[in-house]
Amino acid sequence: MKHILLTAFTLLAATPALACNSVSFGDLTVEHAWSRATIGASRPAVFYVEISNTGDTDDALIGIATPAAESPILHETVVTDGVASMPHAMSIPLPAGQAVQLAPGGYHGMLTGLTAALNEGDSFPVTLTFQNAGAVTITVDVLSMRAAGLECDHAAQ
Amino acid sequence: MRLRIVQILLWAAAVLAMLAYGAILITEDNAPPPAEQAAFRPSFSLPDAEGRLRSEAEFAGKYMLVFFGFTNCPDVCPTTLSEVAQVMDALGAQADQVQPLFISIDPERDRALGLADFTAAFHPSIIGLAGDAVQTRVAAESFHIYYERQDDPSAPDGYSMSHSPSLYLIGPDGNWLRQFSYGTRADEIVADLQARL
Repeated sequence: MKHILLTAFTLLAATPALACNSVSFGDLTVEHAWSRATIGASRPAVFYVEISNTGDTDDALIGIATPAAESPILHETVVTDGVASMPHAMSIPLPAGQAVQLAPGGYHGMLTGLTAALNEGDSFPVTLTFQNAGAVTITVDVLSMRAAGLECDHAAQ
Repeated sequence: MRLRIVQILLWAAAVLAMLAYGAILITEDNAPPPAEQAAFRPSFSLPDAEGRLRSEAEFAGKYMLVFFGFTNCPDVCPTTLSEVAQVMDALGAQADQVQPLFISIDPERDRALGLADFTAAFHPSIIGLAGDAVQTRVAAESFHIYYERQDDPSAPDGYSMSHSPSLYLIGPDGNWLRQFSYGTRADEIVADLQARL
């Protein structure tokens, strides 16, 4: 029992609660944007976010841009027959009335050519371009390299 | 009358078949899950970040948690290594019975980028290994894992690596025990290990 409690505590402690940014524009709500700290600037960083489409028409995420990296690009981790590969995602569908996550093991942004190392506690802007809704700029929180996700303290917003 | 007997016999056969099917379902439930693959003994001889050759024999008596990956990997590898770090922390005093290993499948680039600072960023107990092309291929084959270089103009240096993303558990006797498929939660891995330790 002690071990279970300790485990639960450690897992909770690994994901710090932040007052996360949530941006709504048009029918889209963009929230829980986070990235992992990097060692130096020579390895690509990652970008995760959650996008809800509350409207009646489908949309799609078709591009990302950020001053933090020279070539940010949308990817999808695909595990086929036990092998993980990371093809480029030309666009990420956002069906009407659904929420789509860019999350570990699935869709994500790969930020190649970092202009500087990302340190825990930093934040940086990312501009998302949608097929129908246009573009919106959001703030991305940099979590520790060990982070598994962003836990938002919604009460603090 | 003949027809009636045939009818009864048919119904009896149907009931028997249903009972047999139920019995199969129940025994299947209780039986241990079928092994995904036959047991095997993986082996490796690979240099660590300081260039010292490390092999599986050195870790005899401990459990090994082995992940094959590359340090330029933005999604799968950090996610898995952060889970390994959570597992090691959660094991507390029992953590010294488990040795986590990160084996590079992109060894030349990973050496240049720095292997030790990468593994240390997740957990100090993780040993990073990066051999030459042949050593790496031999190690991967002994674990029955697949990896391949893939050209990708959008990736750094124009390529990425596809690879088996599972986490392998090797027993104190050196035998493969199981693998945790990508995305297995850290608390599930901890529970599995605690049952063995």
